[in-house]
Amino acid sequence: MLKCIQNLGHSALMLAENTGVSFKFLCKIIFKFPRKLNHWYAVIEQIYFLGVLSLVIILISGAFIGMVVALQGYHTLSEFGAQSELSKLIALSVFRELGPVVTALLFAGRAGSALTAEVGLMKVGDQLTSMEVMAVDPISYVAFPRFVAGIITMPLLAILFCATAIYAGYLVSVFWLGIDSGTFLSVMKSGVDFNVDVMQGIKKSFIFGVVASFIAIYQGFHTDNTASGLGRAATKTVVFSSIAILGLDFILTAFMLGG
Amino acid sequence: MVERMQKNKKDSESVPLLEVKNVTFKRDGRYILKNVSFSLHKGNIVAVMGPSGTGKTTLLSLINALIKPDSGKILFKGIDMHELSLKDLYKVRSEIGHMFQNGALFSHLSVFDNVAFPLRENTNLTDDMIRDLVTLKLEAVGLRGVATKMPEQLSGGMARRVALARSTALDPELMLYDEPFTGQDPISSGVLTTSIMKMRDILNLTSIIVTHDLQAVTKVADVVHIIGSGEILASGSVAEILSSTDPAVVQFVSGAADGVIPFHYPTDKTLTQDLIYA
Repeated sequence: MLKCIQNLGHSALMLAENTGVSFKFLCKIIFKFPRKLNHWYAVIEQIYFLGVLSLVIILISGAFIGMVVALQGYHTLSEFGAQSELSKLIALSVFRELGPVVTALLFAGRAGSALTAEVGLMKVGDQLTSMEVMAVDPISYVAFPRFVAGIITMPLLAILFCATAIYAGYLVSVFWLGIDSGTFLSVMKSGVDFNVDVMQGIKKSFIFGVVASFIAIYQGFHTDNTASGLGRAATKTVVFSSIAILGLDFILTAFMLGG
Repeated sequence: MVERMQKNKKDSESVPLLEVKNVTFKRDGRYILKNVSFSLHKGNIVAVMGPSGTGKTTLLSLINALIKPDSGKILFKGIDMHELSLKDLYKVRSEIGHMFQNGALFSHLSVFDNVAFPLRENTNLTDDMIRDLVTLKLEAVGLRGVATKMPEQLSGGMARRVALARSTALDPELMLYDEPFTGQDPISSGVLTTSIMKMRDILNLTSIIVTHDLQAVTKVADVVHIIGSGEILASGSVAEILSSTDPAVVQFVSGAADGVIPFHYPTDKTLTQDLIYA
């Protein structure tokens, strides 16, 4: 019993310590504005690595998800004779939930793990330490550009994901399920409020961008100096990011819907 | 005026460039370094030798304030490195070159960009000047021909020579070398020792070399410190170390397995116990 309480206390202390360390690290990144112009150029380079190179998986996933939602939605709506509302169902579910959430999960899996592996390898190979001895802060040179690039990239990827999903849903609805093209577009236009539905998704993906990028960079900077440590860090990035994204999605949705 | 200049010169010669005062460092409760003290003046070449795992690399990390000692002080030009703010520490670090054991080259940058990195980050030199400086630095280590290659295309020895070019890019006052001769062929090793001596003779560069290579040390070092079990076991000139009768020094120089410096890492069980009762 005493041992159990002791372990619980130890876990609580570890959690508090890790939370403190993470928060301190986040503050360091946020307030470490690069002092050189080339560090800002690195942001553009990182947008390419995190964003452009993730496009294939994002667009393909978006297309399949749009098609699946169209098929599933048609099947359910036809039971109530409301097939004409299919475009509204596709657009709202994609803009509000599937777009930001699935993009963030894919980002964590593709770009997040790559980010952790890259930064972790730099740590294991003493590259971060060698920056420090050359009077260059690795937080501003390595962490800041990747963090900012992640935040910028996530909403852009989510927008492209949504556009692809809706277009794929349109193709399935119109050319396969026989829904009139004009009806599809007009129902979607009248059913979706840009300021509410679309912006809700963009706000979510912005927050997911902060969380997923931070977790990936943090894990990279705090990886153990071994090959297995590097693997563990990449796994932790995907697991922690996924849990954080899904948990945050629930909280954000509750707030945004005023629940 | 001349008197004042002479006085300043005398002062700078009498004040050590680096002082390590009673430094103790523990890791996981185990002493890595215990009350280590030594000092070096400008232009000195000091070799730190000792068996693997005795805290030589840790000592370099402590000198460059990458880790904090549990007690003791490290003064560079009279300034306690560990008391400085990050901004001031970076200013001081730009006067210290640190060559890592594994080279630690940036894998995303070419050899040229690796050497140019400290210049681009810490100076306002034009691209043309940086190009010339980098070319000269690479020429000095015999690797001008690999400027466009990426670090993964280099051998271990070549990577270490590029790391040397990079660590001297800012013309530091103090150079810290971590195992510079490891993996070098005799020609490269010879060129390296000559370079270290030339930099001392021409630029009055001060160096601390952590190495196992006794042969190379005899050519370059003014003073040799032998570390064992976290303490300085012996200090002196190369001649003094070679003629020393101290059992620890004799064992290290002769490379004997049995002696004051344990070859085996301490364990509770005997070999028989491990083999039979495992």
